Amino acid sequence: MKYFYLILVLIILSCKSDVEKKNQPPIALSENSKDELEIYDFDGFKKFLNKNDDKIYVINFWATWCAPCVKELPYFEKLNAIYENKNVEVVLVSLDFPHLYESKLKPYIKNKNLKSKVVALDDPDMNSWIPLVSQEWSGSIPATVIYNKDKKQFYEQSFTYAELEKEVNQFLKQ
Amino acid sequence: MKKLVKLVSALTVVLLISAFTVNKEELGEGYKIGDIAEDFSLKNIDGKMVSLSDYKDAKGFIVTFTCNTCPYAVLYEDRIINLDKKYAPKGYPVIAIMPNNTDVKPGDNLEAMKSRAQSKGFTFPYLIDKNQTVYPKFGATKTPHVFILKKTDEGNQVKYIGAIDDNYKDASAVSAKYVENAVDALLDGKEVEQTVTKAIGCSIKV
Repeated sequence: MKYFYLILVLIILSCKSDVEKKNQPPIALSENSKDELEIYDFDGFKKFLNKNDDKIYVINFWATWCAPCVKELPYFEKLNAIYENKNVEVVLVSLDFPHLYESKLKPYIKNKNLKSKVVALDDPDMNSWIPLVSQEWSGSIPATVIYNKDKKQFYEQSFTYAELEKEVNQFLKQ
Repeated sequence: MKKLVKLVSALTVVLLISAFTVNKEELGEGYKIGDIAEDFSLKNIDGKMVSLSDYKDAKGFIVTFTCNTCPYAVLYEDRIINLDKKYAPKGYPVIAIMPNNTDVKPGDNLEAMKSRAQSKGFTFPYLIDKNQTVYPKFGATKTPHVFILKKTDEGNQVKYIGAIDDNYKDASAVSAKYVENAVDALLDGKEVEQTVTKAIGCSIKV
């Protein structure tokens, strides 16, 4: 019985330290590269929608002020981590306002320790480029494009992790 | 017997058509250019109910789905006020409708709408789509999202769907004033040239 309590205490302690570890951001992990934000107009950005290699690309349009976007962001992060070795790459395309890059977007990327590639798209002439992302897109965010060199799917919706995984698996099955 | 066959096939056609109509509504596709928009009765921030039919002298409407909490909607507030100031006297008033679920976005509740309208000096009604039944009929997906209606003998016909202009960031850098161009054309008795435009907006919160 003594041992039982000892083991129990050990388990509880180990859980606790595990949780603490998870909440702590890793120390100074490539600080400099994370501080540099890639900013594109649509012309510069469109290469991310037209890659012609063997990968499956998951392009998520989001912004720090968009509550449903921020809610689903961890699912995209999880997808990127789990499916990295299955040739899946997530790109998070921020539509944050340029004057808030320093005060909102960069701190957000840092504090959430986002591992997926984040780029900022700053192109106010939206009517010219929204249809080039997808004819189906009315312009609300969150919105997501999943594509490989053979096919492209567009989603103007929020995702759960299970839904996201299901869609990506459709591409993997081929 | 022939009569019966005819009757049955006619009934089938009617049933099929009605089935598709219901389906379309359920899918929430919303109005297309040329459709007749159904009137509505929504509560204004002053507590009174507002319908399009209340505007006997209007030639049409600039129906604008907007809200307090969306940064894009906020960036367009002054421009929406200016649209009403310019076009209400010409017969095209702005009718603003807040479509969000206020349980999800408490910052968009009627009290918050009231205080925003007061502080900004809204000159137009700011209605709440409390049961969230009106915006799906229009097919609005985001804020801000504009629908220009023209009063015709058949009803209020949808003439334009989309954005206010082509630069959310800077009103002075706008090169295409989509809504103004559309209303100007309608006032001149011409057809609208650019009937549909796209812009980024905040998804309507359900």
